[in-house]
Amino acid sequence: MNLTLKIWRQNGPDDKGHMETYPVSDVNPEMSFLEMIDVLNEKLIAEGKEPVAFDHDCREGICGMCSMFINGEAHGPGKRITTCQLHMRSFNDGETVIIEPWRAAAFPVIKDLVVDRGAFDRIQQAGGYVSVNTSGNTIDANAIPVPKRDADRAFDAATCIGCGACVASCKNSSAMLFVSAKVSQFALLPQGKVEAKDRVRKMVKQMDLEGFGNCTNTGACEAECPVGISLENIARMNREYMGASLSSPD
Amino acid sequence: MKLDARIPAGPLEKKWSSHKSNIRLVSPANKRNIDIVVIGTGLAGSSAAASLAEMGYRVKAFCFQDSPRRAHSIAAQGGINAAKNYQNDGDSTYRLFYDTIKGGDYRSREANVYRLAEVSANIIDQCVAQGVPFARDYGGLLDNRSFGGVQVSRTFYAKGQTGQQLLLGAYSALNRQIGKGNVKMYNRHEMMDIVVEDGKARGIIARNLATGEIERHGAHAVLLASGGYGNVFFLSTNAMGSNGSAAWKAHRRGALMANPCFTQIHPTCIPQSGEYQSKLTLMSESLRNDGRIWVPKNKKDAEAIRAGQMKPTDIKEEDRDYYLERRYPSFGNLVPRDVASRAAKERCDEGYGVNATGQAVYLDFSSAIERYGKTEANQMGLENPSREKIIELGEKVVEAKYGNLFEMYQKIKDVNPYKSPMMIYPAVHYTMGGIWVDYNLMTNIPGLYALGEANFSDHGANRLGASALMQGLADGYFVAPYTVGDYLADEIRTGDIDINSDAFVQTEKDVVERIDKLINNKGTKTVDHYHRALGKIMWDKCGMARNAEGLKEAIVEIQALREEFWKEVNVPGRKDMYNPELDKAGRVADFLELGELMCLDALTREESCGGHFREEHQTEEGEAMRDDKNFAFASCWKYTGEPSKAELIKEELTFENVELKTRSYK
Amino acid sequence: MTQSTPYFCAANIQYCLPTKKLNIIMATKSAILGSSLAKKYWMALTGLFLSVFLVVHLAGNLVLLMGEAGRDNFNAYAEFMTTFPVIKITSYLLYASILFHAIDGFLLTIQNRKARPVKYHYEKPSANSGWASRNMAFLGTIVLLFIVGHMATFWWRMKFGELPMANGYKDLYTVVETYFTTASTAWLHVLIYVVAMIAIGFHLWHGFQSAFQSLGVNHPKYTPVIKKVGQIFAVAIPALFAIIPVYMFLFF
Repeated sequence: MNLTLKIWRQNGPDDKGHMETYPVSDVNPEMSFLEMIDVLNEKLIAEGKEPVAFDHDCREGICGMCSMFINGEAHGPGKRITTCQLHMRSFNDGETVIIEPWRAAAFPVIKDLVVDRGAFDRIQQAGGYVSVNTSGNTIDANAIPVPKRDADRAFDAATCIGCGACVASCKNSSAMLFVSAKVSQFALLPQGKVEAKDRVRKMVKQMDLEGFGNCTNTGACEAECPVGISLENIARMNREYMGASLSSPD
Repeated sequence: MKLDARIPAGPLEKKWSSHKSNIRLVSPANKRNIDIVVIGTGLAGSSAAASLAEMGYRVKAFCFQDSPRRAHSIAAQGGINAAKNYQNDGDSTYRLFYDTIKGGDYRSREANVYRLAEVSANIIDQCVAQGVPFARDYGGLLDNRSFGGVQVSRTFYAKGQTGQQLLLGAYSALNRQIGKGNVKMYNRHEMMDIVVEDGKARGIIARNLATGEIERHGAHAVLLASGGYGNVFFLSTNAMGSNGSAAWKAHRRGALMANPCFTQIHPTCIPQSGEYQSKLTLMSESLRNDGRIWVPKNKKDAEAIRAGQMKPTDIKEEDRDYYLERRYPSFGNLVPRDVASRAAKERCDEGYGVNATGQAVYLDFSSAIERYGKTEANQMGLENPSREKIIELGEKVVEAKYGNLFEMYQKIKDVNPYKSPMMIYPAVHYTMGGIWVDYNLMTNIPGLYALGEANFSDHGANRLGASALMQGLADGYFVAPYTVGDYLADEIRTGDIDINSDAFVQTEKDVVERIDKLINNKGTKTVDHYHRALGKIMWDKCGMARNAEGLKEAIVEIQALREEFWKEVNVPGRKDMYNPELDKAGRVADFLELGELMCLDALTREESCGGHFREEHQTEEGEAMRDDKNFAFASCWKYTGEPSKAELIKEELTFENVELKTRSYK
Repeated sequence: MTQSTPYFCAANIQYCLPTKKLNIIMATKSAILGSSLAKKYWMALTGLFLSVFLVVHLAGNLVLLMGEAGRDNFNAYAEFMTTFPVIKITSYLLYASILFHAIDGFLLTIQNRKARPVKYHYEKPSANSGWASRNMAFLGTIVLLFIVGHMATFWWRMKFGELPMANGYKDLYTVVETYFTTASTAWLHVLIYVVAMIAIGFHLWHGFQSAFQSLGVNHPKYTPVIKKVGQIFAVAIPALFAIIPVYMFLFF
């Protein structure tokens, strides 16, 4: 099949950037979306043009590196998939496909479709951990039983792949789903409860400093999340933060 | 050159504890003045960086991805082994040690493997304390499952995302140290070379991939936790960015590469669908518990399927060849990975393969669905249930067990695997070989260490399922943080490393020259063109089955390809900004050398063991023939300027605690 | 070459500086507006309080439907609402809530816009969210303008204006009746009121359940109930409000 691609090109962080149109022909419906871009890039290189820069790594939906806003949706049409799991059979012959980078002040563009998601790392560094040393001299793993329901919900929250689709889809570029997933994972487990109050305050503070927008509960993040992180996590973080702020001495 | 593995004396089970007690230490005040560079942030790298920073060293960690959390450890599915014996099924440290040595076809070092088994239990305690959400049973305690080729349930798991959960655990420990300022994290940075001064590793030259800037980083010790080199085959289950460059650079600076030809080829991957294919996706080994593997019995049928004139469901039961059940009646579809992979290749080479490419076999759940359906109907007390009802009930059972894998298959292939058998084919998955290390995980270059998949130490010629995660975390959390002290105790008077020394200047010059050469070449062919061509040579001649003639040809072909690469490669863009094609070009250039060494290693190992199968060394029934008399050693290669002229140094493997036996699955 | 700091931290700080400054100012100067989450709590609390007020207000208004028979009741209700001390105090809380809800909403909107300085070329928001949820600021602005007009028309006149008397009460009933039936632009008044009620309806459709989510109430068992109640509330209350002018216009 043949497609018309409209792709955001931006030659470096300081460039203004623009949309550019590329026709691609003989696209195999069995190709993944990224393989289609690979083919385009090989063609561009052969023509002496610069290939389209995009982030990708595992190509099986788990590393969270791929990040394209395709036809108005993060990770393109189709739910519960990342861009690398999107296949060309989801498109029709002759279709125009618009490809853009994640858009957020906190995710500045590095080049073309590549953005810097360092803000996510910094939020995790502010408190996304359990303060336990790695000596191995902890208590036996089975010393504290964890109710299966809590363990399962903590796992569900922990499956976040950190791709940033929540921020990209949110009309406010809010990072609440991402932050709340980590807050929830630890708030649900006895190991994480010890410093839960500190954690949520530190992480929210960092989130605000990074320049993400506010949550207005549109639910776009949950709908576009490739691993289906639930809005329940945001509510849990709201609860945790309220409790932590009201009871804190400062 | 004489290799000293520095294995501590004493009985096997006392070696590690007595070594830890006698190892030299660095005082807290001195640790603050010692720099350590860690390359890679997978399980081994993240855990090592976090642990060393906690101990007080000044750590710098590097990853080429945009965040340490993206490292490919994240994609591991099945689980992590640990000799906890929570299930009370007779597991013990010795049993885990024995299974690993045997699974590795007796080509790994006893002392290292025993230590791995010994610390395995600590890993689980550590991870749970960090908040890793392992699967639990209804009583709230940790659940276990069984994994390929062992008789106990010692695998801890978090659904099909164990690697992700463990990596995020290590990443959180790393984040804690970054937040405290004890680790300085360098994302989107690639190690370009190691700086060796007076025979010691003194730092690295790195390139900021986002800006193209070349940086010097001095360090008293450099830890390579850069993963495996499976991408030398172009198509593998590795991530696109996974590369062997850090290891290869170390090799070129004098570090020995051990057993580079030991590659694990996983039998159940989704087959290639066309020339454009960029990578292969693994389907968990657990599918072979219930799936039956077959190809058509008649070539005519296979041809019709390839031409699209026939569907697998059209082929009658008696016209199907369940070749694993036929060849290995006692283990059937559950033979180890290497055996299952070779059997699939044999059928496809004979012309029985399915898929348009002829490179695939069927993994069929129809009989499992029927079997489970009948059991389910019996349990529900249904009398004379219809076939439709049985299938419906059976599909539900299969969905509960393997639902997420079936969903993944359907996402990729757009075929309903409940109704039509899945197509699978073996793919490169893991490399057991790697940089040679001693018991302390130090390479033969003092101050240079290798951890995780990057080293060669624990898995011999074949790795057991759920053991890679165990090794990565064992090395990073519990081994390297102790053993580096033994070397660094001598470095407390060194002071800050001078990054303006001749060695740094010269190494940086070498790096810049090479980048200039690549970017200014302006040839006619893309980097991927060469990577694909190399992958094809490697897969055809140094893949699942190897022979002397093919390997010799491969060496010549790779040399020619490498020569052409340096003449004809076209790297677009500039070197002073984000340029993924340039990054890729550097990695492929290294693969073009590494591949040659792998072929040389395979050529000199005149036996079949684990993942290494030499066609000349097989029994009449086509089974592997190991040669313990002549090849019970690790082949360690020293770089001499040309990969195929590398010098072979042998580390003899002595087995004092296990008896060497032939593996048979008949 | 030096051992430089990671490039992207530096780039990012530069890029985020305006928002960062704004956030720091907010975090330090005003505890009450504090973090992004605290803003949401205030939004939710004031919103829910205003929703309760709507019910009280509606109860009084429905008397209008009784026509002439309800004149005294309505006027008495209006007087009670403007003079009874407890109600008076509550009403100041109400005015404060309206202002706070509006200002807080305005600040949130500004911040949210700043969080995405470069817009998408093409977006398909209908794929992941409801229309009302994405247009709360727009709907809120309509409602705010309506409230200003509404208060000028009735509340101001009741409190400060000259009103005819009927049976000892200020005759607000006649004012309302005139406004929606005999005034030359009565049809326009009715139309404006109906449109405003539709806006309130959409605002509540999202706002009601959103307030609970902001306050941390989300539970698989109770949230579906809250959502249902919110939807019924969002339709029923504005509809009953809107029926009054329409009914008066058509039948009085």
